[in-house]
Amino acid sequence: MNSPDLSDQKAVDLSPEGTAKAGVILSSLVWIYNWSRSNSVWPLLFGWACCAIEMIGTAGSRHDIARFGAEVFRPSPRQSDLMIVSGTVTKKMAPQVVRIYNQMPEPKYVIAMGACAISGGPFKQGYNVLKGIDRYIPVDVYLPGCPPRPEALLHSLMTLQKQIKRQKSLGRTITNPAYGEGRRIYPVPELRGDDLFPPFNPEVWTPPAKNPNVEDGCPAGRKSV
Amino acid sequence: MAAIDHKGVIRQFPELEWEASSGSLILSPEKVDEVVSWLKEDPAYRLDYLSCVSGVDYLEKEVKTRVRNEAGKMVFKTSLSPEKMEVVYHFYSMEKKTGPFILKQRVLSRENPVVTSLTPHYGGAELMEREVYDLFGIRFTGHPDLRRILMWEGFQHYPMRKDYVPPNDYEYEPTPHGDVLERARERREELEGQSP
Ligand code: SF4
Repeated sequence: MNSPDLSDQKAVDLSPEGTAKAGVILSSLVWIYNWSRSNSVWPLLFGWACCAIEMIGTAGSRHDIARFGAEVFRPSPRQSDLMIVSGTVTKKMAPQVVRIYNQMPEPKYVIAMGACAISGGPFKQGYNVLKGIDRYIPVDVYLPGCPPRPEALLHSLMTLQKQIKRQKSLGRTITNPAYGEGRRIYPVPELRGDDLFPPFNPEVWTPPAKNPNVEDGCPAGRKSV
Repeated sequence: MAAIDHKGVIRQFPELEWEASSGSLILSPEKVDEVVSWLKEDPAYRLDYLSCVSGVDYLEKEVKTRVRNEAGKMVFKTSLSPEKMEVVYHFYSMEKKTGPFILKQRVLSRENPVVTSLTPHYGGAELMEREVYDLFGIRFTGHPDLRRILMWEGFQHYPMRKDYVPPNDYEYEPTPHGDVLERARERREELEGQSP
């Protein structure tokens, strides 16, 4: 008997996605674990400014964040694992944001949504706006825009899902924060005089060592006038 | 909405000043209670709705005006406009469907400006006057609960004043220029001085 001719068969994709497409479940537990984690993200129900309106729109039926498994907005930090900082964080509000972050259980993730949450945005030189929430808490995904469209928020969620899928819960380098050093808790800044103290948390963020723009007076590649 | 004629109130209170350039009635803080309650009750005015309270800060500055001199020629005259603070009130009459009517309380002091609160007459003034107090430091006598409203307790200055300098938190400015560049440099030197 001749053995069957296999030469016309296409190369088999042995990655978990490929085998799943072929109708065969050939996978590792870790992959299934991360896949289910990434498709069940529970955002915290809170919003700061105009960006929050887009976030609400994303949660509505038209854009439907439920397609990505993140529709369970929880009004308690104890029950959620994703903080969407959607909008302007004023200095008066910043201690509360850090406090809420501290209250979330691990694993916890942060999306900084909009120019304001990233850097202060249109209010950067104002006396009352924090110049980016990443000065006090670690941010996983930065989502620029003013405001970002709901599609962009969905894309940032997919980006976060990719990050979650890459995390390792076993082995020498554990990157899943649930199995890390314990719950990440950062010092809550204080309102002192006219400003926040400290102005940033050096554990999380430091100003770039040398900012060439400040030395030259203009962004790199441009002439000062 | 139909505009409101100011002649009636000037007839009733001849000592009041009508500032034509801004179309507003200037009040000194002592006259407030009397004039405001009259404007609220008088059948010709019936100003029953206070829509807006704002603060304004004027630094001392030179102003140039065109005047006619003795020879009959137009010349520029420089004079010093004194520092002052104003609280501007916008009124409407819902009953007569007229408005707005603008009323200003003016104090010639930036050190310790004190005006009279309208909260006893219009409940809606309470939060707006607190905001003016918070951002301009203008005190309202007769206000039931004069506290900061937007800034936190312990904030030291009044941020909407013209001479307010915000704290320097310019650690990272990606595209600085002008004042921002100066302040970013200052801040950088400050931070470098702190670190060993
Ligand atoms: S980034 Fe733009 S839309 Fe978003 S909160 Fe700031 S100002 Fe509003």
